[in-house]
Amino acid sequence: MLKTFPKGGVHPPENKLSADKPTKILGIPEEVAIPLQQHLGAPNKVIVDKKNKVKVGQKIVEASGFVSANVHSSVSGTVTKIDEIIDASGYKKPAVFIKVEGDEWEESIDRSKDIIKDIKLSGEEIIKKAAEMGIVGLGGATFPTHVKLSVPKGSKCEFLIINGVECEPYLTSDHRLMLENADELIIGTQILMKALNVNKAFIGVENNKQDAIEHLNNIVKKYTNDIEIVPLKVQYPQGGEKQLIKAVTGREVPSGGLPIHAGVVVQNVGTTFAVYEAIQKNKPLIERIATITGKSVKEPGNYWFRIGTPVNMIIEAAGGLPEDTGKVISGGPMMGKALNSLDAPMTKGTSGILIMQIQESKRGNIMPCIRCTKCVNVCPQGLEPYLLMNIAEKQIWEMAEKEHNMDCIECGSCSFICPSDRPLLDYIRFGKQKVAAMIRARSSK
Amino acid sequence: MDNLIISQSPHLHAKDSVKKLMYAVIIALLPSLVLSIYFYGIGAIVVTAFAVISAVAFEWLIVKYLLKKEPSIWDGSAIITGLLLAFNVPSNLPIWIIIIGALVAIGIGKMSFGGLGQNPFNPALVGRVFLLISFPVQMTSWPLPIKSRLINWHFFPSDPKALIDGYTGATSLGIMKEGLKNQEVASSIMEKIPSHMQMFYGEMGGSLGEISALLLILGGLYMIYRKVISWHIPVSTIVTVLLFSGVLWLINPQTNADPLFHLLTGGLMLGAIFMATDYATSPMSNKGKLIFGAGIGILTMLIRVWGAYPEGVSFAILIMNAFVPLINKGFKPKLFGAKKSK
Repeated sequence: MLKTFPKGGVHPPENKLSADKPTKILGIPEEVAIPLQQHLGAPNKVIVDKKNKVKVGQKIVEASGFVSANVHSSVSGTVTKIDEIIDASGYKKPAVFIKVEGDEWEESIDRSKDIIKDIKLSGEEIIKKAAEMGIVGLGGATFPTHVKLSVPKGSKCEFLIINGVECEPYLTSDHRLMLENADELIIGTQILMKALNVNKAFIGVENNKQDAIEHLNNIVKKYTNDIEIVPLKVQYPQGGEKQLIKAVTGREVPSGGLPIHAGVVVQNVGTTFAVYEAIQKNKPLIERIATITGKSVKEPGNYWFRIGTPVNMIIEAAGGLPEDTGKVISGGPMMGKALNSLDAPMTKGTSGILIMQIQESKRGNIMPCIRCTKCVNVCPQGLEPYLLMNIAEKQIWEMAEKEHNMDCIECGSCSFICPSDRPLLDYIRFGKQKVAAMIRARSSK
Repeated sequence: MDNLIISQSPHLHAKDSVKKLMYAVIIALLPSLVLSIYFYGIGAIVVTAFAVISAVAFEWLIVKYLLKKEPSIWDGSAIITGLLLAFNVPSNLPIWIIIIGALVAIGIGKMSFGGLGQNPFNPALVGRVFLLISFPVQMTSWPLPIKSRLINWHFFPSDPKALIDGYTGATSLGIMKEGLKNQEVASSIMEKIPSHMQMFYGEMGGSLGEISALLLILGGLYMIYRKVISWHIPVSTIVTVLLFSGVLWLINPQTNADPLFHLLTGGLMLGAIFMATDYATSPMSNKGKLIFGAGIGILTMLIRVWGAYPEGVSFAILIMNAFVPLINKGFKPKLFGAKKSK
């Protein structure tokens, strides 16, 4: 029996069209727009100005506070302006625009392919350097990595889990990384273990990536016995942090708590690779892999791209925007964001661009709730989505809080399964915003 | 490209729809209907047809002219209400009575509460119980099963009393109850009624769709396989009845019918598999479903053994329907990461 989380979940068609496409390097655009804030947390501040020359890897935006992240230039050239651009959220956000001139890197960055096994830095130094290099969670939530690695006083981290689940349909960037950069990934895991001072790490991989599981098992043998590859049942949202922790360790993150409260820290494989590059190669987070995919896409694939590259460019690389395009999504189909502009820059959190056909882009007509209980049965958090939607419609926020709406991880299984096509998650999100505001107001009193 | 569709995640949807679920229920009911036609002849067809057509028609009329909305009768739910109503009445029921039943089921049972998904009580059972109280004679003169009755076209009676002798009779459950009341021994009563095997595949007198435990169970398995229903309510109801009647039977097999008899008669399978699992009128959590099923089982047995009516499934389900809001409040799914110390 494969390990999995105990309750709920769904199994949408996997459609991993680009799983066997080796990663390529996407060219450098003529101009990049690097958003200031590409992380979850406090805003940061620009430290370059118009007409400044910058090199690849040069810090251009500085963190302001602990829960914040530096941003580095992904190209060399001249800063043309600091202006707003519509990003994946659909809103205008400030960004540094850089006109590209050549490809001149900071000299401190080791660009060789050599694999460096020795970890020279101490745990504390590792955390500091991860912060300096602007590393954030690449699974999608973009939470600053150094914050996650700084275990709060009173808590103890016992296990590190590397998230290689990639349970979102279509996406294959983590899959490719595990196949192509397994050595770096294992060393990255060791670096994270050192930072967290733990003796045991697991790499969780969904069982639909047999080749990655096998490959990682072969590679990890060369390094250590302390890292275990854990195959997991193909069930969405297996890669949800809380679900993954439960599946791998049997521990439950308490309601309202963080993974560290269960003695666990989870990092995505992309993040782990970025940590390896930052610590061993002195390389800030300036590029990552994204999958470009969709049923009508001519050549689905996986590309290394420089942060700030417009979405258009990866679409062109895959054969252009198909005629029957209805929706373009940044991320996967279950949790990704629908783009309203293809000029939007790809950022640290962009794991893929999914192009959906017009006929699969439209939602069905909303019917009355027939109380079939499917949403209750698929909710991996043990919530009652139909009830949370009812409460949100009636705007009774005290009740929403009592029904634990803040425990929703927004995996979308409820909306996915609802035979009446009800916008369950849309309403639950609305309720979460309201309740979060209510909680903030209460605690500021 | 500036006409991209924007919406929030998730951007995928499962292939399920209300229509697909409802039509799966209808498919699950069909084998029982076919057997009923085999044993009860054209009466089964006529009653079913009128029940379904009038249920759909009343819903259409009510939505269109009373609620003044666009009717969506083809979601299949009115068809199911009609079918289940027909399944719960004798196959020789006069047409005008079945039409009244459909009006009560759809009008009072369903639409007066707001329609699809809003009704607290199972609409078909509201219709059935209304008819049982209003027309007790017609509702309790069940035709006996006669193989290949289909060819006897003259069978369909206008006046049910004309056919009481020879063609109609009490149900097995009714005979048992009457016999026990008259101090007869259970085993000797068993000789007057169909064997367990006959009752299992459906050769007995009774309401149109209740007779074959075998085919109803097959329908239930199909619905579980298609994920239309979960196993919780049927299994909990059936197990409760089994335990309850089993204990009574072990105490005194002379004055109590055996547990298998209770499972195979009185529409228990129809109720447990198709009526109690009605979405709108059953609890939301699995724990709640188990409690709900157990409640139906206990109430059914209380009515059967000590109540005035020989069969109690309809009343048991309706009573438990009324408890659903409380059950939903009291038995919630287990919250992930809920604190263990309470």
